[in-house]
Amino acid sequence: MPKNAVTPTRMVLNQLKGRLKTATRGHKLLKDKRDELMRQFMDVVRRNKELRQRVEDGLTEAFGALTVASAVMSPEMLNQALMYPRQSVELNMAFKSVMSVSVPHYDFTTKNADPGEIYPYGFTQTSGELDLAMQSLSRVFGDMLELAQVEKTMQLLAEEIEKTRRRVNALEYVMIPEMEENIKYISMKLSENENATKVRLMKVKDMVLKQAIEQRRADSGRTTEALG
Amino acid sequence: MYRIAVIGGADSVIGFKALGLDCFAVSDAQSARRKLHELARIEEDPYVIIYLEENLAEPIMDEVRKYSAQPSPAIILIPGRDGPIGLGQSALVSAVEKAVGSNIL
Repeated sequence: MPKNAVTPTRMVLNQLKGRLKTATRGHKLLKDKRDELMRQFMDVVRRNKELRQRVEDGLTEAFGALTVASAVMSPEMLNQALMYPRQSVELNMAFKSVMSVSVPHYDFTTKNADPGEIYPYGFTQTSGELDLAMQSLSRVFGDMLELAQVEKTMQLLAEEIEKTRRRVNALEYVMIPEMEENIKYISMKLSENENATKVRLMKVKDMVLKQAIEQRRADSGRTTEALG
Repeated sequence: MYRIAVIGGADSVIGFKALGLDCFAVSDAQSARRKLHELARIEEDPYVIIYLEENLAEPIMDEVRKYSAQPSPAIILIPGRDGPIGLGQSALVSAVEKAVGSNIL
């Protein structure tokens, strides 16, 4: 029995058949989308894992050097040395579409292309450890930006995959079986109605025939009587 | 113009300042939450990437997760001065779990 009552008419049957066709096609398309998203997602995850490792290692190294630097130098000196950056980063963001999920794409340019410009201080009063720290920080920075892009892409893709998977499952296990059941119900009901009509017609025909025969019999009886 | 922000402890963010990023030194997780909320809402010259120190992020993961479905800003956890505590990896794991249904890594 279908869960929600459908009126067993030919019109509803046609409507349902149309919907089932659309749903089946949608299901196939969504399934393809899910598979492709998953493939892209796995690439992104692999890249993310690699970058995450690199960034964590790089930052640990940089912070280590910074700790040494702050041990060698007085905190005031350190603050003073790093207070006014000479470098600045210009970030551009564009959205590109991966299977209709818009993911950010970052593009950055540093204001000073000269790698020597990462040191915003004079070398006389600062320690060499600070230089090392700055060096490893600026080295890891490119990876950090890419990590941001990859990680965001990963999150957005995961969200979309979850959504798509739900849709695929809802279509596959709820919508399509329900529609098929309704179609079956309606076509059975329709053929039942058809049979009922046929039987009724046959019955009526029988009755009419019987009446006609009786009539004729009565007529012929009367004729014999008249003749005899 | 898009900007990049770093939220972390005073001694961690100082290095990023020299790289030309906007640094915000906070002392505890609650002020990190407030700062994050404040930075994410800026519409003019928005911050599209916010790096957040892991140990500050731990108690406010609910706030961090709020932004994961939005295309911008990207909140990226970075290890603090004491080294990575694995929270950054957890973003990866939770994304995989969400997409695949189980942790396949």
